Amino acid sequence: MELVSRPHVDNFIKWSATRPEVLVLSADLTNSCEVGLWRDTYPDRFITAGMAEQNMLSVAGGLAREGFVPFIHTFAVFIYRRAYDQLAMSVAYPNLKVRLVGFLPGIITPGGVTHQAIEDIAIMRATPNMTVVETGDATEVESVLDAIEHVDGPVYLRMLRGEMPRLFPADEPMVIGQSRLLSEGDDVTVITAGVTTEEALRATQALEARGVGITHVHVSTHKPFGDPILHDALRRARQGVITLENHVVTGGLGSAVAEHIADCGIGTRLVRLGLQDTYAHGASKPYLMREYRLDAAALVETVEQLVGRPLAITEEDLDAVRLDAVHSAAKAEAL
Amino acid sequence: MTTTAELENLAERIRNRVFEHVLKNNGGYLSQALSAAEIFAALYGSVLKLGPVEGPLVPGEFPGVPSNSNRAYNSGGRFNGAPGPDRDRFLFSPAHYALVLYAALIEAGRLDPSALDQFNADGSTMEMIGAEHSPGVETTTGSLAQALSQGAGIALARQMRGESGRTWVFMSDGEFQEGQTWEALQFASYYRLGGLRAVVDANGQQCDGAMDDVMNIEPVVERIRSFGCEAVSVDGHDTARLAAEMDRPSSQPVIVIARTDPAHTLPLLKERAPVLHYLRFTSAEERERYQAAYDERMAAI
Repeated sequence: MELVSRPHVDNFIKWSATRPEVLVLSADLTNSCEVGLWRDTYPDRFITAGMAEQNMLSVAGGLAREGFVPFIHTFAVFIYRRAYDQLAMSVAYPNLKVRLVGFLPGIITPGGVTHQAIEDIAIMRATPNMTVVETGDATEVESVLDAIEHVDGPVYLRMLRGEMPRLFPADEPMVIGQSRLLSEGDDVTVITAGVTTEEALRATQALEARGVGITHVHVSTHKPFGDPILHDALRRARQGVITLENHVVTGGLGSAVAEHIADCGIGTRLVRLGLQDTYAHGASKPYLMREYRLDAAALVETVEQLVGRPLAITEEDLDAVRLDAVHSAAKAEAL
Repeated sequence: MTTTAELENLAERIRNRVFEHVLKNNGGYLSQALSAAEIFAALYGSVLKLGPVEGPLVPGEFPGVPSNSNRAYNSGGRFNGAPGPDRDRFLFSPAHYALVLYAALIEAGRLDPSALDQFNADGSTMEMIGAEHSPGVETTTGSLAQALSQGAGIALARQMRGESGRTWVFMSDGEFQEGQTWEALQFASYYRLGGLRAVVDANGQQCDGAMDDVMNIEPVVERIRSFGCEAVSVDGHDTARLAAEMDRPSSQPVIVIARTDPAHTLPLLKERAPVLHYLRFTSAEERERYQAAYDERMAAI
């Protein structure tokens, strides 16, 4: 699998060249959010707001009213936790074209509870006028800016940074409101988003080798939700549906799937893997994904329960886990 | 150029119109009109460089909230005329002053007097605490202390485009208890937003009562100056000085602290101290006393 280093850096600079209305607003996490080179390339369009996110969100609203398109870059927690009232009243209510680019989704950072955005999708899904997208690989990071360009309202973008796999071909860009069908089978349907897709890809191959038919769908748009690919995948699951999300199971992907199942009267069982009403702590991504049952092994165990038989899949059967070095050269600091 | 006498007359008409409305509706935000009438007179009578409107406008029905399926959303900013590079913009931060703003718009010939009949009526844009569909209201600010930041964003955009028009924010002193106000001042001075101006109704009152008993903000002028903005304290009932200080040339944001009396020209209201935020008559007798005070004012005109 190809690993790509910091695809957002060059892609965003290139993308912004012909879009003079694009601004970047940063709250002292410029290099940490991979816009240091962007700042150096477009110094007149870079607005440092300091560590003052409430003001930054309202300023973004003011700039957007004047025709600029502010791209806020900071850690996700500081967007939706620290400045939610400003986000709702200065940006979302007036339906302004502000891009909220939130880094460190879920438990992928050793930065601990203060830096882990574990309920952002729930909050952003519940915010009227907000479009919610999440990137799962390098191709999506490279194509998400085009995907959301014509959304004439606020967009929350759950963003990846640093080194990441290319799971999807570079010529298959993210399309807003369109899921990706990654495998087909009639026993169990697996729905993933963001970094959990890579985990599930590791598991589905082993499961299929044991004769379990898996339909695997990758979701990149959390809102609006429920496109035909997703809908059909939920309908065909004979043994049940599993959602695997880098987020609490309340209000995120699992909840969205549950709502869709109920709204459409689809009679199937649903198991939601993710953070079970808990905060996490600072540790490596593989460690936390195992601890909180977000990994390929947890998915295999859940499939075993749904199909009602042991599948004898060992650790060795699962693809070798790709370990992220905590002090990766692709990161500005060890978060 | 508007004369001082004209500005004073405008202030008194704003105050009387709100007083009349409060009597008719058995209550309302009266102290805000008593304290801020001169500020609004200075704004709409002298300081604001706004585009014209086609006669007094009649507000429409509530157009629905902004969304991608409701592009017809109508900004209350249209009551302040069309924006332009050399024109001023006006943001209205403490939205519970809506009645005072509506009265000012009526007296300035921008809002039809009949609109007040729709105040706080279901389905009307003349909301009690307005949002950006309400007459004269350009941004949604009922959650306090966001307008100065919104104004900073607008002023920064205008500065980047080289526009000469100023961006005005009307604020209340209670908003200086919010951390966001200080974030905004820090930002505005860092970016040298000389086009950003705020006038603050410092009436010393907030919902729970006197500000001194809730949370102190003084010395607010010195605090603002220490953040790198210009600040000046003036008698908020002196229209001429208000207008002069608001127009003072500056390369930094200017914050005018207008020291006001929440019972100005109506000492009767002081009986309700310390809670003056919202007037609700407690008895028919009390209402009659206010009616008598109103009749006396009208007779004196």
